[in-house]
Amino acid sequence: MSTTTAPRNRYARRDARIRRRRAVTYALLGLGLLAMAAPFLWMALSAFKTEQELSASPPRWIPREWTLDNFRTLLDLLDAPLYFFNSTVVAVCVTLCNLLFCSMLGYALAKLNFAGKKLVFGIVMAALMVPGNLMLMPKFVMMSKLGLIDTYAALILPFAAGAFGVFLMRQFMSSVPDELLEAARVDGAREWYIFWRIVIPQVKPALATLSIFVFLGSWNNFLWPLVATNDADKYTLPVALATFATDPTKADGSNGVLMAGAFLVVLPVLVVFILLQRYFTQSIATAGLK
Amino acid sequence: MTSSTVKTPVADRPARRPAGPAGAGDRTPPPRTPPRRDRLSRHNLSGWLFSTPFLAFFATFMAFPIVATLLMSFTDFGLRNVTDPLSADFTGFDNYGELLGDEKFLRALFNTGYFVVLGVPLTIGSGLLAAVLLNSGIDRLRTFFRVGFYAPVVTAIVAVAVVWRFVLDPTEGLIAGLAAQVGLTAPDFLASETLAMPSLIVMAVWRNMGTAMVLFLAGLQSVPTEVREAARIDGAGAFQEFRRITLPLLRPTMLYVAVMTSIGFLNVFEEPFVMTNGGPSDSTLTVSLYMYREGFNFFHMGYASAMAYTLFVIILAVTLLQLRLLKDKTK
Repeated sequence: MSTTTAPRNRYARRDARIRRRRAVTYALLGLGLLAMAAPFLWMALSAFKTEQELSASPPRWIPREWTLDNFRTLLDLLDAPLYFFNSTVVAVCVTLCNLLFCSMLGYALAKLNFAGKKLVFGIVMAALMVPGNLMLMPKFVMMSKLGLIDTYAALILPFAAGAFGVFLMRQFMSSVPDELLEAARVDGAREWYIFWRIVIPQVKPALATLSIFVFLGSWNNFLWPLVATNDADKYTLPVALATFATDPTKADGSNGVLMAGAFLVVLPVLVVFILLQRYFTQSIATAGLK
Repeated sequence: MTSSTVKTPVADRPARRPAGPAGAGDRTPPPRTPPRRDRLSRHNLSGWLFSTPFLAFFATFMAFPIVATLLMSFTDFGLRNVTDPLSADFTGFDNYGELLGDEKFLRALFNTGYFVVLGVPLTIGSGLLAAVLLNSGIDRLRTFFRVGFYAPVVTAIVAVAVVWRFVLDPTEGLIAGLAAQVGLTAPDFLASETLAMPSLIVMAVWRNMGTAMVLFLAGLQSVPTEVREAARIDGAGAFQEFRRITLPLLRPTMLYVAVMTSIGFLNVFEEPFVMTNGGPSDSTLTVSLYMYREGFNFFHMGYASAMAYTLFVIILAVTLLQLRLLKDKTK
């Protein structure tokens, strides 16, 4: 700061330019965020509005009179706790299966050298690319033949071992030091012991990430549960909400009731996401970069 | 595979963790490892044992259905065959021939193409823009913005589709209300043949740009700052630097985002199912929705299988095309 005024001016000008650019950046990001959040806010606030306020023009963001009527009506028309329970059972089982099976294959691909390993890895990569819609018809026929339509098994088994999980676990397990495994092998440990007692404890963060992803995928899954359930008692939340929303006779034509339903489906996921957001964004990035 | 291809893991890797729980401080290379051949056969057995559960599920719920769909697409598989699959009659390429003359299918194909051709670039573009803005040296509120932009990705499409239907509602909707406030009348977006599909595209971009953003952010952070600074010193402006330096270095990320987004968008189902049910007059009928209807409302499963395979071949072709176009040409 002890120089002449000319360079100080130059710095001041540069600072002003940087500040201006920063302001524009923040303004653009703020606008974008507003566009992203508006539908959620509109949903959450509308769920607590009365019929009159819902149809008020101009629209009112904050309800003047907060009401739980929409939720009461929803619970009268739709057995939401049951669907919540169904979704939870399916998502928990799918998650546990994936944790076990994906870690197992991930371990084999990361740490074992066996004949045919390249083939197995190729299968995993191919499975990552195949869209689920392709297998819909035979899967349905298979489940009907097995008498599994309208059972939890039909909703769980097809998603019990996902390729994404294998991919993720293989990546994380590759970074477990080989010395650890070799030392245990020298001591005569069996492969299962090494996997379960040495490798699994080392990749707990990866297991957390995988759990979140698989749980969410299952929670939001729609097309297969729609196909594999006829009995309304076995619907998952999205299926129940979609059938409810697309049947004009059911929701009493009330947008408030529908927003209450969407609110119940979206809220738990958003809360979990905000609490655990690190895991989400980090892991999707690692998976993308290979 | 012969034993010569098997690496000794200890020998060719530097020790990264000197003090493991096993032998703290003992850094001598382990001479006591069993001979390679023994270890390979031992690894062979355990390797396959560890692979078995995944492979069993893969065979039952993927490999077999992929083949079965193909076989079904050459039959007249109908409702009665659900209980008796083997009695379906072989009809050769009849289903595929019928598809070519089915105006509804061609419409669905066109609509899906429209959705992809507009939706994928918009998703990539807005994701890239958000990532560049977040990476442009701002430090405050970064996580806040990132969480906000990514939030729609984690929510169920069905739920957000219900919400968007209400946002676009001509009487009680948000857009209609805002338009009324400035003295305009908003159109009935979802009931209009020309506006319904663009509305679905906007919603899909809104929901999926977060994924693209997070991937581009990771990609941008791996671009070395030295390279960009060098470009600046050589007199490149911000835009030139982005076009000549950043964008080419983002090519691998771009490829991954483009392939994944395209596969997702080509399979679009939930949005039209909940928001428009394919209407008005089939203007939002997509291939997946038409396949679902034929397969599970009318149980024309052979016909639906032919549709599924046609879509699959298109997806493969699009993926291969993207791999060619966006491949790293410097290698």
